[in-house]
Amino acid sequence: MEAFTSHTGRAVPLRRSNVDTDQIIPAVWLKQVSRTGFDKGLFSAWREDPDFVLNKPEYQGASILVAGPDFGTGSSREHAVWALQQYGFRVVIAPRFGDIFRNNATKMGLLPVVLPGDVVDRLQTRAEREPAAEVTVDLGAREVRAGDLVASFEIDDYTRWRLMEGLDDIGLTLRHADDIAAYERRRLDWLPTTV
Amino acid sequence: MGRTLAEKVYDAHVVRRAEGEPDLLYIDLHLVHEVTSPQAFDGLRMAGRTVRRPDLTIATEDHNVPTTDLLRPIADPVSRTQVETLRKNCAEFGIRLHPMGDEGQGIVHVIGPQLGLTQPGMTVVCGDSHTSTHGAFGALAFGIGTSEVEHVLATQTLPQTKPKTMAVTVNGALPPGVTAKDLILAIIAKIGTGGGQGHVIEYRGEAIRSLSMEGRMTVCNMSIEAGARAGMIAPDETTFAYLKGRPHAPKGEDWDRAVAYWKSLRTDDDAAFDKEVVIDASTLTPYVTWGTNPGQGLPLSESVPDPASFDDPVERAAAERALEYMGLTAGTPLRDIAVDTVFVGSCTNGRIEDLRAVAEVLKGRKVADGVRMLVVPGSMKVKKQAEEEGLHEVIKAAGAEWRESGCSMCLAMNPDKLSPGERSASTSNRNFEGRQGPGGRTHLVSPAVAAATAVTGRLTAPADL
Repeated sequence: MEAFTSHTGRAVPLRRSNVDTDQIIPAVWLKQVSRTGFDKGLFSAWREDPDFVLNKPEYQGASILVAGPDFGTGSSREHAVWALQQYGFRVVIAPRFGDIFRNNATKMGLLPVVLPGDVVDRLQTRAEREPAAEVTVDLGAREVRAGDLVASFEIDDYTRWRLMEGLDDIGLTLRHADDIAAYERRRLDWLPTTV
Repeated sequence: MGRTLAEKVYDAHVVRRAEGEPDLLYIDLHLVHEVTSPQAFDGLRMAGRTVRRPDLTIATEDHNVPTTDLLRPIADPVSRTQVETLRKNCAEFGIRLHPMGDEGQGIVHVIGPQLGLTQPGMTVVCGDSHTSTHGAFGALAFGIGTSEVEHVLATQTLPQTKPKTMAVTVNGALPPGVTAKDLILAIIAKIGTGGGQGHVIEYRGEAIRSLSMEGRMTVCNMSIEAGARAGMIAPDETTFAYLKGRPHAPKGEDWDRAVAYWKSLRTDDDAAFDKEVVIDASTLTPYVTWGTNPGQGLPLSESVPDPASFDDPVERAAAERALEYMGLTAGTPLRDIAVDTVFVGSCTNGRIEDLRAVAEVLKGRKVADGVRMLVVPGSMKVKKQAEEEGLHEVIKAAGAEWRESGCSMCLAMNPDKLSPGERSASTSNRNFEGRQGPGGRTHLVSPAVAAATAVTGRLTAPADL
């Protein structure tokens, strides 16, 4: 996973709520067996509309998506995170996220930032008025800075540390292989196996 | 201070707990399918890792598989490659697989319970958000992404932080003609698509206790549609009776030991939930959705809402957009909405009781002209049982299509899909834009409403016939 410390980039305002993972990447794109090539599938149904915000020239190259509440609800598809990253996003800011999406994002180094609805609205308005204006998302300081707007966000210490170090969860867990083996010895003996 | 059911199951699976770190949680059962696993197996190979417990892992082919012509290769080469990739991965890592056409094949959340692999008090995960289904047994079951699939394959554990708990208490009895699906649609409409976020929901109360295991699975299945990764119901005699004699259920003395343990899996009287919601079942009627998220639902007797009636500007904007996408006008009675397609199936409503409910309505009736009705059993075993009961004859005589098992039109990864602008009444779980095919419009309904709708061609409850 790519480490995330601080990121500065331009923002895209996505004024929609309940942006479910079927919209982020429709199911037809999920048939791939590789981890690459999902950028073309990002919002592919919505991108057919020339007026869709991602199609506007002023938002090309932007790397921070600012969306409405309940972003990433629905399906557990991690492809949604891959698609956002491969398109060029490093951060998604929203008032509320789907739990599985948020979890998937932190596993991959895409930073989900929860901010109150009114702050998100101000960030969206700013991105609409000044598409070229930059936003800084500072994970170390747990802070979003956009002009005179400074908003702090919450993230637990462990996830923040893992993101800042770019650490692989599996490697961390395997350091506790002895604990796992000890747990397996005390499991109830009638629990089912698939064999 | 007592503990909730979710806390008891969670605590019993903590492998390691350390200050400032997430808990390491042991996973008792890992369900795998073709869509969310290929990149996880690739990750294992690249890191030179293996599957720690293939004996706690089981795979099936469900999302991509066609529901006709099973003897022919899958026509879509990309789908075919994905299914073949699962076969290769399962062979390489020694994982039991129920491939397309196999008598044990079916939707991942239908086969776990069917085999008796899903049991009270277990932790169950799958790279699929509807893993919450298994919570109907009092298991802690939740969907995960592909990175976590790889993590479970490699370690049989997951780093987790203890979830908050939410009680949804459903008092009273469901009126005749009102089903588990109507109940969960009403719950989601009440608490919203974000209402359960960060929580495990425990469904309680008289109406929940009165549900069959299949009804309980329908309710828990859609917990994720209310934002909760997991939904649970405390095990009771209904649960034990369902499990007894299933292939992987405990036998002999083990059964008695298991039941004794399972009986301890209930929320203590003095336990506190972080959030509580109470619903009166006796006031419920058949529910349908009108919009593009599962929280946009109403009783069938009502009309398409006016976006201006929503106080919250975000909800108002969502309603405006939904009506535009759905091609609906505010004020139209829901019963006047005409459909082209009726889909019965999915992990929400593809089990035997669902098919019985459909056959009961269709018996002696015909699917309306111009309406296409697909009935897709949730597993090959469900299909076989339905055929033994003669349900398929009733369904076919009515003019509906009787298919092989799979996820099918719930998410349209196989050839079963809506065309742009087509409208369905669907027993599945998501009415998102394009979910059943690009440009398709979905109304979520119960199996009984689906069947009645097929007969009239408009959203209809059996009591209206």
